[in-house]
Amino acid sequence: MKKLSARRRHPLAAVVVLLLALAATGGLYAAFAPAGTAKADETAQSLAIEEGKKLYSVGCASCHGTGGQGTTDGPSLVGVGSAAVDFQVGTGRMPAQQPGAQVPRKKVIYTQAEIDQLAAYVASLGAGPITPTEGQYSPDGADIAKGGELFRTNCAQCHNFTGEGGALTHGKYAPSLEGVSPKHLYEAMQTGPQNMPSFPDTTMPEKEKKDIIAYVQAVNSEKADNPGGLKLGGLGPVSEGLFAWIFGLGALIAVAIWVAAHTAKAKKS
Amino acid sequence: MSTQEIPEENLPAGQDAAHGAVKVADDPFADPGLPPHKPRIQDIDERAARRSERAVALMFTLSMLATIAFIASYVIFPVDQIVYIWPFGRVSALNFALGLTLGAALFFIGAGAVHWARTLMSDVEVADERHPIAASPEVKAQVMADFAAGAAESGFGRRKLIRNTMFGALSLVPLSGLVLMRDMGPLPEKKLRTTMWAKGKQLINMNTHEPLRPEDVAVGSLTFAMPEGLSEHDHHFQTEIAKAALMIVRIQPEDIKDKRELEWSHEGIVAFSKICTHVGCPISLYEQQTHHVLCPCHQSTFDLSDGARVIFGPAGHALPQLRIGVNDKGFLEALGDFDEPVGPAFWERG
Amino acid sequence: MSTVTDTKKAPAGERVADWADGRLGIYTLAKANMRKIFPDHWSFMLGEICLYSFIIIILTGVYLTMFFHPSMNEVEYAGPYVPLQGQLMSEAFNSTMHISFEVRGGLLIRQIHHWAALIFLAGMFVHMMRVFFTGAFRKPREINWLFGFLLFFLGMFTGFTGYSLPDDLLSGTGVRFMQGAILSVPVIGTYLSMFLFGGEFPGGDFVARFYSAHVLLLPGIMLGLMVAHLILVFVHKHTHFEGPGRTNKNVVGMPLLPVYMAKAGGFFFLVFGVIAVIAAIASINPIWALGPYRPDQVSTGAQPDWYMGFAEGLIRVMPGWEINLWGHTLVLGVFIPLVIFPLVLGAIAVYPFIESWITGDKREHHIAQRPRNAPTRTAFGVAWITAYMIMLVGGGNDLWATHFHLSINSITWFVRIFFFAGPVIAFIITKRICLGLQRRDRDKVLHGRESGIIKRLPHGEFVEVHEPLSQGELYKLTAHEQYQPAELPPAVDENGVERKVGRMEKLRVKLNKGYYGEDNQIAKPTVEEYKEIQSGHGHH
Repeated sequence: MKKLSARRRHPLAAVVVLLLALAATGGLYAAFAPAGTAKADETAQSLAIEEGKKLYSVGCASCHGTGGQGTTDGPSLVGVGSAAVDFQVGTGRMPAQQPGAQVPRKKVIYTQAEIDQLAAYVASLGAGPITPTEGQYSPDGADIAKGGELFRTNCAQCHNFTGEGGALTHGKYAPSLEGVSPKHLYEAMQTGPQNMPSFPDTTMPEKEKKDIIAYVQAVNSEKADNPGGLKLGGLGPVSEGLFAWIFGLGALIAVAIWVAAHTAKAKKS
Repeated sequence: MSTQEIPEENLPAGQDAAHGAVKVADDPFADPGLPPHKPRIQDIDERAARRSERAVALMFTLSMLATIAFIASYVIFPVDQIVYIWPFGRVSALNFALGLTLGAALFFIGAGAVHWARTLMSDVEVADERHPIAASPEVKAQVMADFAAGAAESGFGRRKLIRNTMFGALSLVPLSGLVLMRDMGPLPEKKLRTTMWAKGKQLINMNTHEPLRPEDVAVGSLTFAMPEGLSEHDHHFQTEIAKAALMIVRIQPEDIKDKRELEWSHEGIVAFSKICTHVGCPISLYEQQTHHVLCPCHQSTFDLSDGARVIFGPAGHALPQLRIGVNDKGFLEALGDFDEPVGPAFWERG
Repeated sequence: MSTVTDTKKAPAGERVADWADGRLGIYTLAKANMRKIFPDHWSFMLGEICLYSFIIIILTGVYLTMFFHPSMNEVEYAGPYVPLQGQLMSEAFNSTMHISFEVRGGLLIRQIHHWAALIFLAGMFVHMMRVFFTGAFRKPREINWLFGFLLFFLGMFTGFTGYSLPDDLLSGTGVRFMQGAILSVPVIGTYLSMFLFGGEFPGGDFVARFYSAHVLLLPGIMLGLMVAHLILVFVHKHTHFEGPGRTNKNVVGMPLLPVYMAKAGGFFFLVFGVIAVIAAIASINPIWALGPYRPDQVSTGAQPDWYMGFAEGLIRVMPGWEINLWGHTLVLGVFIPLVIFPLVLGAIAVYPFIESWITGDKREHHIAQRPRNAPTRTAFGVAWITAYMIMLVGGGNDLWATHFHLSINSITWFVRIFFFAGPVIAFIITKRICLGLQRRDRDKVLHGRESGIIKRLPHGEFVEVHEPLSQGELYKLTAHEQYQPAELPPAVDENGVERKVGRMEKLRVKLNKGYYGEDNQIAKPTVEEYKEIQSGHGHH
């Protein structure tokens, strides 16, 4: 029973489902995609741009301008590339709901197909980072330990040791990396969304990005081990201190009250 | 601390008055004395007492079982076995089992003992008299006399030569201990003022360990560099990188407000020390839109587009900038060491 | 009892005791202490939590020393934890990894050791506050208060040197902070730093040096202090709260043998058990997630353990003042917090002496006061805790910012202002509350307890029936002592000679009035008042 229940909850279950889904999508795509002619590709591409433009004018143009040139409410999208669109829309950050210190991650409102169309349109405005392929971001076979070292050099200062997130100035923050897909991790490093600096391939090659993704997956995901028990948010001494006070000292004081209390007296008999 | 006498009337009255001596009718607030002892159920009902006895024995037995379970867990679970236990997550089976069984084994000993004390041992409250901590005047007089006799016999007050030389010897002898501390570390000399950076040293990317080219560094990107010739395997790597760590960003030259910063940059590529000038944390929370960099330790904030001056927090001065250029192979290189000490300020910094 | 003339052989236990008595004098010792009385109150057991967690720390600490290598030599990790394999790290970190992943039960002992340390310090803090708010630091216990304070202070540094030993990225950042703080010391700072670290930071020496401080020097001193602390508890006998039969001249409770032997002995196992369970279910200082220390790496959320959070707060919210004069730098932005840190802690340490100077009371006190009956002291204590807590908030400002969606800059400003304003507000509010509670006690004594029973009088009025208090309760609520405010002596003495009153004495009288003057305490009911009201009660 225990084994079964453990498997049911096994974090790999999610990965297996994801892989199956990816395989199915890929298979379907392969089945329906026009067989490898450049012309057909081009047509599909221009079709996507057309569709993307329509989506864009409805959902994005009010802030980013009708031609993606940017307004006072939103930056120019010329040259941000399809990777930026895939990240921003794919994590639900765009379209933004309200102005604030930072645009938060939200529920995604576009389908992946729509996102791809939007990305294709924005990419057509000017050259920029291209949405990575699975071969680029998949952490399979990457060096986790090297990724850890790179993570501590390049990422941990904002995102914490294991990617739990952290504060920046004036209400801005580096978000938690828990549950962020490898593709979006890759795109974030590549494009530097909002106030995050970018880590382009010239200074951090693709392989190193993979290492980092593998590390994040290993330490901050469903399948990450916490041998010591509750990880208390992975936030370090502050949450440990709160735990020690509330549950440690709290429990001990409760015990002390029991030890010192007078035993119930016999009722008058 | 004042030693003058306090007028008696300012001290609360009655603290030392004999409690319970006054008749209740006269003084409604008088101390009625210890209330009579009321028996517990265990005191009057032998069956209840037996129940308590069994409960205590049960707890001691549970402790024994828990210790056996502890030993069994130690043998059964491999040290690297991970299990999923709600709500704790994927935890070490061994740690979890050992901790719980050890905890139970200890807790039940304690719980048994306390339950025993609470239900079966006498719970009659007893009063113990207190006695003044200070000695009686007679004792004090005796001690003073003894001391005076001892002091006189030693001749300490009379033979001043002995006294003075003894004080001299005693105050000098700790000096040897102090002198021995000298080799705890070297003198500061210029150590805090120099780093490994020197004219012509290429900027090595910390990620790839390759020298950086200007075209590698994109606007809005963040890169860390160390000086050419330093390797993570070097004996002094930690000490060197603690001073030489470099943070490289590229800012549109027209956005750079500080004249010297622009001059020391290469086409908008600026290199600043990664070591915070507050207490030395590696500062690098770079916000590429505002060009602010925040220290994760104490939140000093520096404006990298304005000579890295401090705009918030406890740091006292700007991050030192490294003057960089491009060598004939097209790689970024330092044009010298930092012109001021990196890291936290110190007395001799000036 | 067997006597010399007994021909029968005494039982074995007794013979062993006789043997020991002939050498150690244990019967005399036992006579004085075996039936020593300890009062029962949960708050009197807070000190025991500290004592027991200290013992647990020593036991587990000894175990850890068998596996820990206090060395900073670089090695490549080859253990079972995949995300660190092949990484360079110090032997200290490597051996801590070994304890955590390869020694069976090593992780548990490490976690017990660290959790017990946090609880030890938290326990000392609460214990100290209990002693403070009940006035249990008054004569003859001032020295024991200082011993306790020193234990807390040394405990902080023992903790600091302890969590720095694994040489992980988090603690290394803390050590770097400490080095930066040492550098800020005027004139000798640079030398101190060079001597402490054996050269430039981080060098290769500090783990070994911290190790000897952590396992030998500091716990050695603490053990001595703790023994002295306990001896004084035995000599002074424990304080107890006011109540029927409990006076300043006695101590009421249960005897050491058997009740307290079982309760206190049992409590040790309870404390150990609870901490072991916590170590089983909650991870602490997972160094494998933090990674080995490198001075060019850092993580956000870099905080010390909670007891250093106060210092962390001070250093975080301090403005960056730096003065450069005559070729020297005065790093006030770091040095001022470094000075305030012991000063704030010292304020609570010297308080007993200040209070005894203000009251001028030289008598022994063995009654634990109710905090409400010492409003000014209670208010001072709450103000002190407020300042401490505000700085703890400051020390965690980045986490408050992310978890409550606030700006880190606003929190810093809040802390800067409320470090000064908070204690004042807390002082005023606490004093009001204490006086309110004193008034309520007074009402209770004079009018009895509100029974909740509503009675309708013949003429239609509804009144709540007040039940008179029992004799014991009346005593309990009126037994506390109240000082009369001090007065300056008349300007001229009885001979008409002008009296000189020193400035200190004037200050003392002023402070004394602040403690016991009008509006600073509520006069407890007198017998006359009580009798008058009781006799008039029928007319209600």
